Amino acid sequence: MASATRLYHWFNRRGWSDIVIVAPYVWLLVFFLVPFVIVLAMSFATRTPTAPPFGYGGDNPLLNTAGYARLIGDALYFRAFITSLLNAAVAMVLCLAIGYPMALGLTKIEPGWRNILLMLVILPFWTSFLLRVYAWMGLMGSNSWFNTLLTEGWNWAVPQDWAVHSIPMMHTNFAVVLVMVYTYLPFMILPLYANLERLDPTLDEAAMDLGTRPFGVFWDITLPQSIPGIIAGGMLVFIPAAGDLVIPTLVGDASSPMIGRVISDEFASARDWPMASSVAVALLFLMVGPMMIYSHYQARAEHREAPK
Amino acid sequence: MKRRPTFLISVLCFGFAFFYVPILSMIVYSFNNSRLATVWGGFSTKWYAALWHNPQVGEALKLSLEIAILSSTSATILGTMAGIALARFKQFRGRVLFSGLVTAPLIMPEVITGISSLIFFILMAEFVGWPASRGFTTVTLAHITFSMVFVTTVVQSRMLSADRAIEEAAMDLGSRPWQVMKDVTLPVISPAILSGWLLAFTISMDDVVITNFTTGPGTTTLPILIWSKVKLGVTPDVNALATLTVLVVGVIVFAVGFVMNRSEKRRELERRLAYQANE
Repeated sequence: MASATRLYHWFNRRGWSDIVIVAPYVWLLVFFLVPFVIVLAMSFATRTPTAPPFGYGGDNPLLNTAGYARLIGDALYFRAFITSLLNAAVAMVLCLAIGYPMALGLTKIEPGWRNILLMLVILPFWTSFLLRVYAWMGLMGSNSWFNTLLTEGWNWAVPQDWAVHSIPMMHTNFAVVLVMVYTYLPFMILPLYANLERLDPTLDEAAMDLGTRPFGVFWDITLPQSIPGIIAGGMLVFIPAAGDLVIPTLVGDASSPMIGRVISDEFASARDWPMASSVAVALLFLMVGPMMIYSHYQARAEHREAPK
Repeated sequence: MKRRPTFLISVLCFGFAFFYVPILSMIVYSFNNSRLATVWGGFSTKWYAALWHNPQVGEALKLSLEIAILSSTSATILGTMAGIALARFKQFRGRVLFSGLVTAPLIMPEVITGISSLIFFILMAEFVGWPASRGFTTVTLAHITFSMVFVTTVVQSRMLSADRAIEEAAMDLGSRPWQVMKDVTLPVISPAILSGWLLAFTISMDDVVITNFTTGPGTTTLPILIWSKVKLGVTPDVNALATLTVLVVGVIVFAVGFVMNRSEKRRELERRLAYQANE
């Protein structure tokens, strides 16, 4: 009985706050941090024919850097990194080029319509990512209506020698970038819209009254104020795109794989856990910069929203 | 005098066409009679019938729903706790690490989360003995881990924008901390908890990469089933499945949006009436 009362008092005093902190903390330590530390340790291990296929041995038992050496020495990995970063960067720029005017356009539309259009931007985000990639597989195939349409347009526009039977779109980097833009565009539009919507329209009007042309208003007033939105949206596209596995596997060029696919293949087909881990750690290191930029701007945005 | 933003409107039209033409094309081709998925061969609903008679699809859907409900509910409980902890307790030991742990899964490439979970679960089975094999348990554990941080983000930002004065008033009136939590804070953040749950549910229903790494033989969720079909190319029955998904999700998103919009309007009205009554 006494212990039950003690428990009750402890709970009233500080127990609930301890539980609120400790439960999610321990969960994330066990199921997120520990697995990641294991991968980090794995990247310094040696591949062995045992099960599980790794061990620690050789000259430098705990710090075998052979995986990292191969990462630099073997052109396959270097090319995979370059392909990933380039594809993600091009997709990010294209998302910005389409997403910025869309977000700005949304802020100029009357509120009733705006809510419906916003919902239409979010709707693809709630439907399956896989099915959105799949939708493009149907469009890009060599005898689909979309490919036929593009082929006819191409054959009409270019001299006859260049005419093609169908445009090879599937299994190219072009397909990867196109599908990336398609699937990640909402991630660009939504933070940009949130940013642009908060801007003070009277500044625009003041500039207009002072004789600035509409493009000048955009360049001198809207654009500088929307840089946090551009960075947030850009990172939200770039980070997942660079490490993506689904898009390169389904529509990508197998002869120049992206890094996500390299990791997955090293692990599953080659059963080289240490190498797969080295590549994963390297990818994470490349992403640390963009991640820090993103969380810096995110923290600032949250700070602004919080009441003083 | 206001200029119509012609350029912006035309980009918007292009953008929405870009969003919806592939989906509409997929819907149209789900009614294709031809076995060739990209060549039109007349109207037919046979792929829906094929879907209906395929027991794999029903089983995969049921498994996906079970995992999604279990993982999103657990993720909501854990994620809400983390959101409250980060928003209310400004100083405790290890707070920096905690807030890092809550942000990292949001931006960690899925392949890395998948591969580290898989290695972790294999080593657990080898050296601890639990979870003994990969399947329902491991997939659910992985889903809880990466979806709880989304709940945390939603709850935390709601907590930060909520008015603390009500909680302080309850404290001053002698409520115990957990009573304040139960009677004041939780009701205030309940919309955020609900949208966090929906987010976690959707993420779990949709996940391919992490599930693909953490699942075992016999545990095929709907996305994994689609993934294994789609890797082989475009097939008409996946078009039918996709059409049904878009339909169900569309109806739910519009219904939820409509209800939230209306309750927001009603709250606004009540607030205004309350102000008028006070004056």
